[in-house]
Amino acid sequence: MSPIVRRLCQLSLFLILPLMSGCDLVVMSPSGDIAQQQADLIVVSTVLMLLIIVPVLFLTLYFAWHYRHSNTKAKYDPEWHHSTRLEVVIWAAPLAIIIALGAITWISTHKLDPFRPLDRIDAERTIPEGTKPLEVEVVALDWKWLFFYPEYGIATVNEMAAPIDRPITFKITSSSVMNSFYVPALAGMIYAMPGMETKLHAVINKEGVFDGFSSNYSGAGFSHMRFKFHSVNQEGFDGWIARVKQNGTALNQDTYLKLEKPSEREPVRYYATVQQDLYQRVLNMCAETGRMCMSEMMHIDMMGGGGVESHENRDKLRYDNRHMEHYSAGHGPVPALGATVPASGEPAKSDAAPHEGGHSMSGMNHDSEGPAPAQLNKN
Amino acid sequence: MFSDPDLLKFIFGRLTLESIPYHEPILVATFCGVALGGIALMCLLTYMKWWGPLWHDWITSIDHKKIGIMYIILAIVMLLRGFSDAIMMRIQQAIAFNGSEGYLPPHHYDQVFTAHGVIMIFFVAMPFVTGFMNFVVPLQIGARDVSFPFLNNFSFWMTTAGAIIVMISLFVGEFARTGWLAYPPLSGADYSPGVGVDYYIWGLQVAGVGTTLSGINLIATIVKMRAPGMSFMKMPVFTWTSLCTNILIVATFPILTATLVLLSLDRYVGTNFFTNDLGGNPMMYINLIWIWGHPEVYILVLPAFGIFSEVVATFSGKRLFGYASMVYATCAIMILSYLVWLHHFFTMGSGASVNAFFGITTMIISIPTGAKIFNWLFTIYRGRVRYEVPMLWTIGFMITFVIGGMTGVMLAVPPADFVLHNSLFLVAHFHNVIIGGVLFGLMAGVTYWFPKAFGYKLDPFWGKMSFWFWFIGFYFAFMPLYVLGLMGVTRRMSQFEDPSLQIWFIIAAVGAGMIAIGILSFIIQLVVSYIKREELKDETGDPWHGRTLEWSTSSPPPDYNFAFTPVVHDHDSWYDMKNRGYARPLQGFKPIHMPKNTGTGAILAALNVVLAFGLIWYIWWLVAVSFIAIIAVAIGHTFNYKRDFYIPVETVSAEEAKRTELLAKQV
Repeated sequence: MSPIVRRLCQLSLFLILPLMSGCDLVVMSPSGDIAQQQADLIVVSTVLMLLIIVPVLFLTLYFAWHYRHSNTKAKYDPEWHHSTRLEVVIWAAPLAIIIALGAITWISTHKLDPFRPLDRIDAERTIPEGTKPLEVEVVALDWKWLFFYPEYGIATVNEMAAPIDRPITFKITSSSVMNSFYVPALAGMIYAMPGMETKLHAVINKEGVFDGFSSNYSGAGFSHMRFKFHSVNQEGFDGWIARVKQNGTALNQDTYLKLEKPSEREPVRYYATVQQDLYQRVLNMCAETGRMCMSEMMHIDMMGGGGVESHENRDKLRYDNRHMEHYSAGHGPVPALGATVPASGEPAKSDAAPHEGGHSMSGMNHDSEGPAPAQLNKN
Repeated sequence: MFSDPDLLKFIFGRLTLESIPYHEPILVATFCGVALGGIALMCLLTYMKWWGPLWHDWITSIDHKKIGIMYIILAIVMLLRGFSDAIMMRIQQAIAFNGSEGYLPPHHYDQVFTAHGVIMIFFVAMPFVTGFMNFVVPLQIGARDVSFPFLNNFSFWMTTAGAIIVMISLFVGEFARTGWLAYPPLSGADYSPGVGVDYYIWGLQVAGVGTTLSGINLIATIVKMRAPGMSFMKMPVFTWTSLCTNILIVATFPILTATLVLLSLDRYVGTNFFTNDLGGNPMMYINLIWIWGHPEVYILVLPAFGIFSEVVATFSGKRLFGYASMVYATCAIMILSYLVWLHHFFTMGSGASVNAFFGITTMIISIPTGAKIFNWLFTIYRGRVRYEVPMLWTIGFMITFVIGGMTGVMLAVPPADFVLHNSLFLVAHFHNVIIGGVLFGLMAGVTYWFPKAFGYKLDPFWGKMSFWFWFIGFYFAFMPLYVLGLMGVTRRMSQFEDPSLQIWFIIAAVGAGMIAIGILSFIIQLVVSYIKREELKDETGDPWHGRTLEWSTSSPPPDYNFAFTPVVHDHDSWYDMKNRGYARPLQGFKPIHMPKNTGTGAILAALNVVLAFGLIWYIWWLVAVSFIAIIAVAIGHTFNYKRDFYIPVETVSAEEAKRTELLAKQV
């Protein structure tokens, strides 16, 4: 290596090292066992592939240099175009790597399936007998996260907590469009979809405050659809529950429907009491009174279906949580469709549905327009 | 008269004055630029009296060479638009930190990233690739045109019509804010009630007609019009990859069309295919769109592989290593590309066995792809490599693509994908393979076939500038995104809260700036080469010592391509002919039967733009009028019996005599 090249290398190292030390590769050094196994898998698959990538890169550069036109010493054989032995090698070598990687993939995909309950806390510890996983029901709203803790009867917005080393079972849904629930320090992501429930089993092993967010684009407020995941010890968790109970307000269908409306950069909110079946209603798209729950319809279908009469249920099954019907029903001005540019004075409807005006659905109390208790909460 | 709102609504549908974004300075400035440029261009055309030639020689032309060139011009123009979007995103992401909202509000930013993806795939990469296939394939197989020349012209204008529809959205209304594949329910009527998604749907539907028809056309051409003696296993590799690509196009584009029809039914007539309620299933859309979308990736990259195969053999002065395995690898990739679509959404909740199956099929694709890389490598081995610009792109590709392939296999491991999906790591990966694979291939192809198309080579200095800025700029622009992905940063974000990320976005923006210089160098290269065209002239028709039939005719080739249909004996037919001491026939010419130009394609496409505009803005009378007009013009065209003519012997003889003279000068 010439001195100039060496100097350049040193220089580039000086430039790159501070950059790398300043960044936190959370995906590669997470704090939960599932994410850790996923990170290990990235490393293993990379190393396996480097077995073939490095020789290819080396050969490319070497051949490109050695067989340059000006190097007349290199052998030139314009008719050489076939070698069975070489062909076998170039098909077999990648094949061997892929067989190894395929086996790893098959096993790890089953082992790390987010729907599969955990069988260990981390690499050394299995789950103690009789441990009950912490159940958290997650709803992706426009554009914030709502967490139900059915075991404790509480709910929170844009903040969640979990005790370390206790398995967590997430049940995840969405109220409007697709999102993806992702806490990189804890475990991989899974989509949150309206009217459907996905699951994620995970465990956090280190205390700390970690970032959680939506990782599937969901509209204008998407960039700020973030929350803090507090990983705490058991006492800390009990304290957090107590704090929510002490400072929280009530979450029922009414407050939920207000909360559900599109909004950005929502502050953290606590709910000390939660209407019993609210998560199920959200999941079945019947949080509004007067809607028919999907589970109910599926039950009817399972019993053989309602026949012609079921047509009467059609309106009850419509789900319109951006409340577009509000316009067509003649309440308020009908904005020019398509004219969602800012100067029209109308917010883009897919950005933000009407914040004022309330719901025109049957069964709703039109008079209660005051702010919901939850929105007074400044926590 | 215009005070009546119902009448206004009848005439203009939902189009109002407010739909014109005159309050967005960026768009107004762009509009002024485009308008001034357009007026200048029109003045120039009028002053130079070029309107006539433009119409007779280009717009109505059914010559596959001219259509190929027009496709590539379309792609380059749209590249400038798509790249402007990219630069805007890079700047926004580099400054939107510490509470700053940047200069693009989400309303605008979300349109920009959607438009960037749609334009780069549908209106840059697709026309670029189709342009090459159009220009090169008939020449490589010794044909005089494609099987259906009028259809070819129509296909081109439909693709252009799609591009025009997307461009109109810049100045009238808005574009979709959904991401480039417009996943419902976000793209449904409830969550995207504006015109953005409708522009998306009709832009793609109109262009999709062109793409599908051109796929059918090229398959027919390759299967039926090969020169005598050219069996399938003697076809040039680029023709092989084109064949596989067009099979993919014909098999998959109808899926895209059908999926978008279902989405438009949801939006226009209130069906519930992909809605949240009443039995709709958005997951079905995501499956369908990727059943098209994954083969689409190979539609783009296979022709690029073909270009590299031609370039590497030519500039190594050596026959391609492992031709048969190259062909089998291409076919294997073609078939496997249908079996992997689910890897785009491992995180949607499929069972472990399903995910594992699709993960493993994805990895299997890397085997034939790896074999191809080795084949190129062993073509260089014992070769004599001339480092002309196309070869630089090829070496740049081999290094870059291998890295992109590696990160692709990482993403194919489902549990790893669970932490990398939708992150900037994914964004870095697919730019790694699309820029490092497709774009580098297209740039190699432009430099390689330019002398064939225009009769002079491209200036090598600016070509090298372009290559190095693209190559280094690519690493600066996308390696930081890999790092950011591992830091857990998601794609499609317009603002950031963690200040430690900013430095990486700044590096990426610098990289994008370098790529901008690379694009600029390419444009300078075109201008400089035009000015120096006498100096760079190619009179032999075979400036690179080529190996395939396109190099056997003059540069540019005559309208009829070959005075006599060549007879093929071996691979690399032209190399073989040269070795056997081929003598160009100098007499015995016959009149040549050729198809005649027609303006119907351009007219139909223009009517389709009007139809789409009416559909987007709910201007129903315009829809009815333009639809009837389309049918009328199409039926009218069937009565056009003046479809062909003969090039007289004298013209052919004169043309060939000119070439004889030029060739005599060379010796």
